Amino acid sequence: MAQILSVKDLHVSYGAIKAVRGISFDINEGEIVSLIGANGAGKSTTLDTIAGLNRPEGGSISFKGEDIVGTRPHKIVERGLALCPEGRRVFTQMSVGENLAMGGYTRTDEENREQVERVYARFPRLKERVAQSAGTLSGGEQQMLAMGRALMSRPDLLMLDEPSMGLAPILVEEIFDIIKELNEQGTTILLVEQNASMALSIARRGYVLETGTISKTGTGAELLHDDDVRKAYLGG
Amino acid sequence: MRTQTTDKPVISLGATAGPVQRRLSMPMRYAMNALLVLAFLLVGNLLVDGGVITRYQTTVLEQVGIYIIMAVSLNVATGYLGQLPLGHAGFMSVGGYACAIFLMRLEPVFGVGARDFVTGSPAALALLVLALLFGGAVAAVCGIIIGVPALRLKGDYLAIITLGFAEIIRVVMQNVDAVLGFELTGGAKGLTGIPSYTNFVNTFAVVAVSLFVIHALMKSRHGRAILAIRDNEVAAEASGVNVTYYKTLAFVASAFFAGVGGGLYAGCVGVMAPAKFGFMKSIEILVMVVLGGMGSMIGSVLSATVLTILPEALRAFSDYRMVAYAVVLILVMIFRPQGLLGSYDFSLSRWVENALNGRLPWKDAPVAADPGDHDAKEANVHA
Repeated sequence: MAQILSVKDLHVSYGAIKAVRGISFDINEGEIVSLIGANGAGKSTTLDTIAGLNRPEGGSISFKGEDIVGTRPHKIVERGLALCPEGRRVFTQMSVGENLAMGGYTRTDEENREQVERVYARFPRLKERVAQSAGTLSGGEQQMLAMGRALMSRPDLLMLDEPSMGLAPILVEEIFDIIKELNEQGTTILLVEQNASMALSIARRGYVLETGTISKTGTGAELLHDDDVRKAYLGG
Repeated sequence: MRTQTTDKPVISLGATAGPVQRRLSMPMRYAMNALLVLAFLLVGNLLVDGGVITRYQTTVLEQVGIYIIMAVSLNVATGYLGQLPLGHAGFMSVGGYACAIFLMRLEPVFGVGARDFVTGSPAALALLVLALLFGGAVAAVCGIIIGVPALRLKGDYLAIITLGFAEIIRVVMQNVDAVLGFELTGGAKGLTGIPSYTNFVNTFAVVAVSLFVIHALMKSRHGRAILAIRDNEVAAEASGVNVTYYKTLAFVASAFFAGVGGGLYAGCVGVMAPAKFGFMKSIEILVMVVLGGMGSMIGSVLSATVLTILPEALRAFSDYRMVAYAVVLILVMIFRPQGLLGSYDFSLSRWVENALNGRLPWKDAPVAADPGDHDAKEANVHA
């Protein structure tokens, strides 16, 4: 299986604070890989850095075989790597349709016309609410919109930052089902989650982040049954 | 009236449930708006030429037009982009000086005298257009110089830097002659003898063109990117918008039109003096935008009109104008924090469409789908 993303010895700092201290991991095409860890472990920082929103202090990130460190965020989106940011961050003053249009910003009209139908098929509720202002959607709907928006750019690798954050358990399951389906249809997924049991149960492989370093790695099932991981993140 | 069902939008953004909605075609919309503008221009010109509107009132009208350009251009950076520049008078000053100097130096080259601007000879018109564009371009270059470093920073830095920029411009205009060793700006006594090239018709034309260009920019894919940055910068970046580029573009467009407005101002007033473009001038323009509603073009137009005419009407109390400004601003912030018109924008085409579809203002309208309903609800993602 071909590697789609490879991160080597990544270091990221915010001023004097070292958020990520030399992590390395890789993702193969077609996988779901989960990064789990507590608050402040550096999970979101890692995703933001891969998306080009942060500049790493050191290390390399290669996407589809090309080094993307220092590439501007919009160029990274064009290459097929999309980030669905933490806290959803929909455009609250725009309608649902306008949000999706923004998601397809780097694509042509023709591509967007096709893709929006696929997004509607995946998230029928977005179609119902196409003219509604995104700020008035519920949390679950906003998460779906944020994912739909990220999918509009037709990513080869979709990075999801805490998609279950602040959602009711029933919605969390719905979101995870959708993630699994997206993956089955060919999108490679890098998932960052605090909800470790859910994240590991759908992941092929997982990495455990602790204060900026990777403390454990293995398949989703291995980590799910690992004693240390169970104690730290799964409540025993 | 000719109507058609709309071209299939890229992503349908409006629910089109219910009976078929009649939409105006794009050429129809343009024609309608152009007619309205022409009608205003002709009626206005007749009134001015016929002497119904006095010379003094005409000058006030020209100033209204100039401040409409100033407010609408500042609105691009403030209302649409969501930044807070405090140096709009600086761009106005640069544009005004550049336009006036360019025009005065090139008069002999074009074989144009001061009288030709009154009669409106073709050569004078060409020179005027070039001079206004030159004024706008010089202001835009200043916008790039300020904007590129300042827009990379977050928070209040842009306000501070632009504030400083306007003050620097004022001081430069005052002292540049001494440094250069020849007379360019006239220093503190000001640049005098500027031909009065600004009249009702050309002010009106420049206002119409400026509003159209800014409107077209904001309705395009570029405008959508600018609005996305205001709404959520990180999400815009993650969606593939080149945030630095579009911030700079909006800021420079704002500076360009401020420069054009300054060019008209120089011709209207006839004297450019550095002291006229102090901090308070920037604040006056900002007040117009905030009062009208950030992000509302019609709001900027109306409040620029009212706030230009009002001090003239209240000349006797002009000392209290700034006090009145403060009071008005505080009242608006308390009762209408989004500005008088919020983000509402007027659209003639929408009115006509609503009328065609049987929704008339005096009838009980069916409940609108979305209170923030804007012009055409289709996104031509690649306009």
